[in-house]
Amino acid sequence: MTNPALRREVINIYKELLNLGRAYPLGYDYFRNRLHKAFSSQAHLNDEEQIKKGIARAEFVKKEIEALYYLRRYRAMKQRYENN
Amino acid sequence: MSALRILVPVKRVIDYAIKPRINKAQTGVETAGVKHSLNPFDELSIEEAVRLRERKGPLSVDNILALSAGGPKCADTLRTAMAMGADRAFHIDVAEGNDGPEPLTVAKMLKGVVEKENINLVLLGKQAIDGDQGQTGQMLAGLLGWPQATQASKVDVKDGEGTVEVVHEVDGGTETLKAKLPMVITTDLRLNEPRYASLPNIMKAKKKPLEKKTLADFGVENQRRLKTLQVTEPPPRQGGGKVEDVGSLVSKLKELGAL
Repeated sequence: MTNPALRREVINIYKELLNLGRAYPLGYDYFRNRLHKAFSSQAHLNDEEQIKKGIARAEFVKKEIEALYYLRRYRAMKQRYENN
Repeated sequence: MSALRILVPVKRVIDYAIKPRINKAQTGVETAGVKHSLNPFDELSIEEAVRLRERKGPLSVDNILALSAGGPKCADTLRTAMAMGADRAFHIDVAEGNDGPEPLTVAKMLKGVVEKENINLVLLGKQAIDGDQGQTGQMLAGLLGWPQATQASKVDVKDGEGTVEVVHEVDGGTETLKAKLPMVITTDLRLNEPRYASLPNIMKAKKKPLEKKTLADFGVENQRRLKTLQVTEPPPRQGGGKVEDVGSLVSKLKELGAL
C-alpha cells in the first residue's frame, strides 16, 4: 500500500476531472471512459516520485480542459456579438 | 469610503452551446428540458468582483452579493455564483414566464436592493444572451443617478477615496473613463477569464447564505410594458449556384441586375 496522503490526492484530482467532464463537448460518457482508462493505466505505479509526476500531469490536463472551455465560450461569444 | 460592497445581478439563460428552438405557439423559445447555465457576461462580472477582492487594491471588498430573479431553478445559478466567490445571494422569486421580468422592472428592483443593502458598486453583464436587451445597467444607473461605465474591458480602483478608472473598447481604439464610487459598471467580453468553480468551492457554496425574496419586498410589481406578438425562425440560407464559364457568369449577373 502506498502513501495514503498521495492516494487521497490522486482521488481528489480524479474527482475534479470527472466534474469538469460533465461539460465536455463530446459527452460525459466519452470523457469518463477515457479518464478512467488513463488513470487505471497508471494504477501499477508504486514509486512516490512517479505518482507525484502523474498528479502533476493530471493537474496540467485539468488546466488544459478549463482553458478549452473558456476559449470555446469566448469564441462563441465573439462570433455572435462582435463584428469582424 | 471604507470598503466595497458589490452587487452582482446574474441571469439564468439557455446554455450558449445550445441552439434555441421556437415553441409551437410561436410565442418564444422552447425552454423546457433545455440545458441552462449562468449568462456568460454575468460570469465575467462575478469574476471581476472576486478579482477586485484578490487584487487587494486601495479599497478592500467587504461583501459580494449575487442576485437573480426568476423561477426556483435560479437557485442553482446562484450556487454557481457563490462557488466562484460571491459571499451571499438573494433569490427574487418571479413566476417563470416566457421571458422573465423586463429590464425596467429588474432595474427598479435592483435600485431597491442597492438602497436596502447599502451597495456602492454594481457589476452587471452588459447583456444576457437570451433577450440581448442590454438595458438593465444603464436603466439602473439612471434610476440611481450614479455614474455608469458600460462594456468595461478593464476596471481599476485608483485610491482609497473611491476613484475608479474603467477602460472600454470603442470603434478603432479604447476609451478611459474615470468616476467616483458609487457607480454602475457593465462588463464586456475581454474583461477577464472567468474561473471554473472547483469541487471544494462548490461544496462550500452550499453553506453560504441564500435568501429568498419577492419583488414586493422592494416595492416593485412585475408589470409588462412590452408584448411579444410572434417569434419566428430566420429564413433558411439560400445556397449558391455554380456557373459554367465567364459568359454565363456575366449573363447571370445581368439577370440579377448587378451589371
